[in-house]
Amino acid sequence: MANERSEELPAGGMITDVGNSKNYKTGEWRSQRPEVDKDKCTNCLFCWIYCPDNSIIVEDEKMVGFKYSHCKGCGICAHQCPAKAITMKEEGL
Amino acid sequence: MGRPLAINGDAAIALAWKQVNPDVVAAYPITPQTIMVEAFSDYVADGQVDTEYICAESEHSAMSICIGASAAGARVATATASAGLALMWEMLYIAASMRTPIVMAIANRTLSGPINIHCDHSDTMGARDSGWVQLYGENVQEAYDNTIMAFRIAENMKVRLPVMTCIDGFIITHALERLETLDDQVVEDFIGLYQATRPLLDIGNPTTYGPIALPDYFYEIKYQQAVAMGSVAAVTKEVMADYAKVSGRRYKLVEGYRTEDADHVVVAMGSTSGTLRHVVDRMRERGSKVGSVKIRLFRPFPSEELAAILKGKKGVAVMDRALSPGTGGALYSDVLQSIHDIPDAPKVTNYIYGLGGRDVMPEQLEGVFEEVMAGNGERINFMGVRI
Repeated sequence: MANERSEELPAGGMITDVGNSKNYKTGEWRSQRPEVDKDKCTNCLFCWIYCPDNSIIVEDEKMVGFKYSHCKGCGICAHQCPAKAITMKEEGL
Repeated sequence: MGRPLAINGDAAIALAWKQVNPDVVAAYPITPQTIMVEAFSDYVADGQVDTEYICAESEHSAMSICIGASAAGARVATATASAGLALMWEMLYIAASMRTPIVMAIANRTLSGPINIHCDHSDTMGARDSGWVQLYGENVQEAYDNTIMAFRIAENMKVRLPVMTCIDGFIITHALERLETLDDQVVEDFIGLYQATRPLLDIGNPTTYGPIALPDYFYEIKYQQAVAMGSVAAVTKEVMADYAKVSGRRYKLVEGYRTEDADHVVVAMGSTSGTLRHVVDRMRERGSKVGSVKIRLFRPFPSEELAAILKGKKGVAVMDRALSPGTGGALYSDVLQSIHDIPDAPKVTNYIYGLGGRDVMPEQLEGVFEEVMAGNGERINFMGVRI
């Protein structure tokens, strides 16, 4: 939960802090969590291209996992994965 | 002083806009507001203002354009009435919550149905909770004066809220009256230069307007509007005092007429207030201790000022030119909540009247006073309807 008081927030809820959306952890909205099977993954990076947020972590041109702080669990990566390496798992089970 | 003119209420508002010279006006014509936008588009076409005038395809678009222009850093005005205001409904709340100080003139006209183009206050009463400041003018002079003062109120840094200036459709919008104007330079000096806060076009300080705010932030941002509204009464009093210096016309949030020693008082807004003063004078000649009250500022509601006037009265009637079916009028509720905790609060009754442009005759208002004095009115009454 946020803790700023009303008078500490910019008028009208305007955002005056450039790029502060990365501080807003939208990952808590998720009801399903993507998981990758790296044995199947070909590092084609379709998941990285299609992710509507910025939640596919890529290192050295290889897909290495998910940024769960912002992944909302939309499932697009799993749907698009040509190798069927990504599966959606229920959160909280 | 500028020269006096014979002019109708709509044209008087267009003239005030001309002198204000807003950066952007986006509007859609609707009876009885039409003359405002027609007259102002003449000023634009004739090169008498620098305004970017945008003919929108609907009122929803007109208000959306106004919000965008205001966020971009422009001084903005628009106007509408009735169904046009209803079509703006979604954007009214957004204008207020984004704190865009837009000034909008309203030619009060009823909401259908049955379809009707004439005056009552149902359109702006419907916008009562949208977060806009609402000022009501009694006549053409007040239409002009309220318009100029509205820019100062809206743009005050403590306020930064949009303001509606309302006048009665046809009764004031189309009636020719004498208007004392101010010189252009006086208006320019009075309103001053527009100061934008975090304008979108200031690319050195990037700002996002209108972002999503979920349960963790929404309430705090809405509370800011309550705080801003809380500053409006004091700011409006300052603006009115300054306006008196340049115009010689001194206004108040709530104006009592012969109320000091009155036992019975009738409260109203808009053009009926003038008729009421005439009726008060006539009844005073016959020895009745009566007075009247005009509410100029309706949102925020000036409860303290009103309670100070109504304290100690024996009976009060509230005239509502709009009906909330299932209860009385909105003004009635506000008057009641303003006085319920003062000692010996007067008995207050409600009169719905003048719906859909029904004429309001002095004899009918005398009848209201007679019922208040006799104490025999119902809690909610319907003046002038054929039952």
